[in-house]
Amino acid sequence: MPRSASHPDETIVLKRRFGKGAANIDKYIELEGYAAVRKAIAQGLEAMPAWIIDTMKASGLRGRGGAGFPTGMKWSFVPKASAKPKYILVNGDESEPGTCKDHVLFLEDPHAVIEGAMIAGLAIGAKMGFIYLRGEYRYLLNIMEKAVADAYARGFLGKNIFGNPGIDFDVVTQTGAGAYEVGEESALMESLEGKRGIPRIRPPFPAVVGLYGGPTIINNAETIANAPHILLMGGEAYAKLGTERNGGTRLFGISGHVARPGVYELPMGYSLRKAIYEVAGGIPGGKQLKAVVPGGASCPVLRADEIDVGLDFDQMAKAGTMLGSGGIVVLDETVSIVEFALRTIKFYQHESCGWCIPCREGTDWIKKTLTRVYEGGGQKKDIDNVQYLAENMMGRTFCPLGDAAAMPTLGFVKKFRKEFEDYIEGNKAGTPIITPEHDLVGAGH
Amino acid sequence: MSAIANTIFSPTLAARFDQLVTLYPLKRSALVPMLLYAQDEIGYVSEAAIQEVAQRLDLFDLEVRSVLSYYSMLRTKPAGKYNVQVCTNISCMLRGGYEILDHCKAKLGIGHKGVTPDGQFSLEEVECIGACCWAPAMQVNYDFHEDLTPAKVDTILADYRAGRGAQPAPKDGK
Repeated sequence: MPRSASHPDETIVLKRRFGKGAANIDKYIELEGYAAVRKAIAQGLEAMPAWIIDTMKASGLRGRGGAGFPTGMKWSFVPKASAKPKYILVNGDESEPGTCKDHVLFLEDPHAVIEGAMIAGLAIGAKMGFIYLRGEYRYLLNIMEKAVADAYARGFLGKNIFGNPGIDFDVVTQTGAGAYEVGEESALMESLEGKRGIPRIRPPFPAVVGLYGGPTIINNAETIANAPHILLMGGEAYAKLGTERNGGTRLFGISGHVARPGVYELPMGYSLRKAIYEVAGGIPGGKQLKAVVPGGASCPVLRADEIDVGLDFDQMAKAGTMLGSGGIVVLDETVSIVEFALRTIKFYQHESCGWCIPCREGTDWIKKTLTRVYEGGGQKKDIDNVQYLAENMMGRTFCPLGDAAAMPTLGFVKKFRKEFEDYIEGNKAGTPIITPEHDLVGAGH
Repeated sequence: MSAIANTIFSPTLAARFDQLVTLYPLKRSALVPMLLYAQDEIGYVSEAAIQEVAQRLDLFDLEVRSVLSYYSMLRTKPAGKYNVQVCTNISCMLRGGYEILDHCKAKLGIGHKGVTPDGQFSLEEVECIGACCWAPAMQVNYDFHEDLTPAKVDTILADYRAGRGAQPAPKDGK
């Protein structure tokens, strides 16, 4: 069972029901649960969709899966009239290394995910929502299934929800079966349609042609779970908690070399330095900070001298990296960046679905080249080759997995080039973790 | 009475499958969950399971196999009764994930994808399992075990061996 973590600097919105037994529907209702969706319905059927979307737009909420797309705007892209049914798809296929925030959300407040999906459905005129969790989260699926069954039993889901004639909403929950790529929205739709999780070309975007060919809104679980809170507190009040164009708070999972790893809810724009040194308690054992992977494994690394930056989408982009999935991975001075870069690309090489050649071949060649460097047979040109490979993957694939593999690779070789060069010359920084007995072809296959 | 005569699955699971295909706009959508639940009951996705799932969804066997081979949690050979999956991805790596993996290898006497001779345990090195803030972490079947140390792993494995651990793979997809 995940440990709960808290810190006085937290701003609590999404976590307000955490640790209070809100998986129980009565407890959830007691804590203002299902009040937001009732509030939306109370606007009247005519006014409701625009009221929801305007509130979401005013909140400044941006996608918590990693891309940071404004949620209200995404919802507004769905055509009002559609020959095909519309759908809501909640992405809980949380798989970005360093990310475990949705894990805690499903555990602590499953009804918020359901209520958020209902609100999204009311906003765009969808009568069905899917909540897709990663396959490893079976115990969380059981929690979600119980929550959904309880909501049906109360008449909150199904036909004429809350006793309102003509307002229907069904929810289906399921898991995947182990595939990072399925966290990508178009591959997620493929998986939900019972296929291999390979990406679809866009356009058309899912808001127009999505699941089963119908307009579909796909939101990360944390994004969707924010919707009830936003409708209750008001869009402007939520926006004010964060920074300009980055409304509200977000769940940050701080892991790696920190004294108090955990999932913390911090206002958007909060200092990365404070997140590491104050919220997560700093680096244990009196060691120095070496680097931070700030938003899940796919985000370019920051050096220790680059952490005076605010945790929002725009400030992180300005700093040359990304806010990503909010998974902050902290590396102390003992880490070999060569080794860490190899372990990172090994993951993406393993998870590349093979559909697009630049990703399939690029990840494999980068892994092979970095393996040679790591094993001591590297040459100076290998660093340039790795950079060349990564640069040629960028923007050349159907889905962002190619970029997700290339971006951290480029970050490591550019920011720690000297360490790679020294390594090749035999001066190896850091303490190795991976030994020759560890077969890097291994995991997952 | 199942939609399929002579089903290879338990009555409970067969009934669950009958219901599962009705949930989705297209019944093929039930494919991935069905393969997982079939594996939970049988221990792996057998030839007979592939054929019955294909029949239930009006698919060719080949279409089922194509999907089956894509997902890393699905297997076509039996694993141990307790499948130990140790994460070595970045957050776990930084906090001793490889040490835990090595410890499991030594303790169980098997390597990646190995099964102990008595069939009790199998071992896998896996990619991120979403327990980064409680690293190093592993799963035994579907149960998470977190903040691991070699000593803690010993206790966990001993508990499973003695049948005291968390439950073996859930039956009937529950």
